[in-house]
Amino acid sequence: MKVTTKLWIGLAILIILSPLGLVVPEHFKAGSAWGEWGVDEMQKLVGYIPQGLEKLASIWNAPIPDYSFKGWEEKGLPHLSFAYIISAIVGIGLTVVVVMLLGKMLAKKDD
Amino acid sequence: MARERNWISKINERREVMHIPDGYLGPATCGFFYVVMAPIWALASKVVKKTLNAKQVPLLAIGAAFSFVVMMFNVPIPGGTTGHAVGGVLVAILLGPWAASIAITVALVVQALLFGDGGITAIGANCFNMAFVLPFAGYYIYKAISYNAPVDSNRRVIAAGIAGYIGINIAAALAGVEFGIQPLLHHTANGQALYCPYGLPVALTAMVGEHMLVFGWVEAIVTALVIQYLQKQAPELLDPSANAQGRSRACRGIEEGRARP
Repeated sequence: MKVTTKLWIGLAILIILSPLGLVVPEHFKAGSAWGEWGVDEMQKLVGYIPQGLEKLASIWNAPIPDYSFKGWEEKGLPHLSFAYIISAIVGIGLTVVVVMLLGKMLAKKDD
Repeated sequence: MARERNWISKINERREVMHIPDGYLGPATCGFFYVVMAPIWALASKVVKKTLNAKQVPLLAIGAAFSFVVMMFNVPIPGGTTGHAVGGVLVAILLGPWAASIAITVALVVQALLFGDGGITAIGANCFNMAFVLPFAGYYIYKAISYNAPVDSNRRVIAAGIAGYIGINIAAALAGVEFGIQPLLHHTANGQALYCPYGLPVALTAMVGEHMLVFGWVEAIVTALVIQYLQKQAPELLDPSANAQGRSRACRGIEEGRARP
């Protein structure tokens, strides 16, 4: 088997395992960082919400926010894990297509 | 249910610290890093145009995909924050820092636009940290330590691990500085911060501390393990004399599914 084929298979396995990146932090109650990224938590921690931050924070509405589908916030961990895998497939698929196109444009044709 | 709601809302507010979100950097910092990155991206395309072989393109795509998925594996510090490896040092070792820079940039832009992972205003800064400084620092540390070592030597595995560890820690320190200077740059008359409210001591300590303790090791292990795997499976990818011709020979080796004779 070609090495590239083996590496693609390795990637597919990583994608299937990716929900570990969601479930394991939850298990250890790890979430927000120093800085507590939620606006409410910041209010508690710093005593105010920085004005610029509040304005800029929602400047962009991502179509698949935080690797989860809109409206799925209330669903359980299995649903979120499924969304995480779909997100990985979509995101990695798009990344691969863009790099392939860029590569084809840039790379030398010789061998 | 209340408890469940609580952890769900927590997941959705889940943010790791390496991807700087919108709102934490002021316009000056955001603009500055876009301006800094523009010539780096241009130069990267120029260098890649000269050095990258058509047959290496799939490997570059695999590298970008690898970096993307590795960044999805959030690793917890129990009760505290989460973080992740970037995988960028590995891509730099295999394809050079300029090609790695392009691959990681694409992954970061897709993460920001599609998933809101990293702010769109912070794409310049995030790319500077993770798609420029990280692969370049890692690449030259690897080169320095593995200098002249045989392709199958343990020194290469160790060099890869050290390069991964230091590379991600430098990137984390940069993010810490970028966060930490915000209260100095932007504040109201009565001293309230406008963007990231945490100063240098807090931001830098948190970023570097977490990466030295946990996430740096993840990057180190990931980088070292893959290099060890490739030593057996595709040693031609690690050939130190990999000039343009050597690389193309190496790639032909991959195409034909055999190791270098």
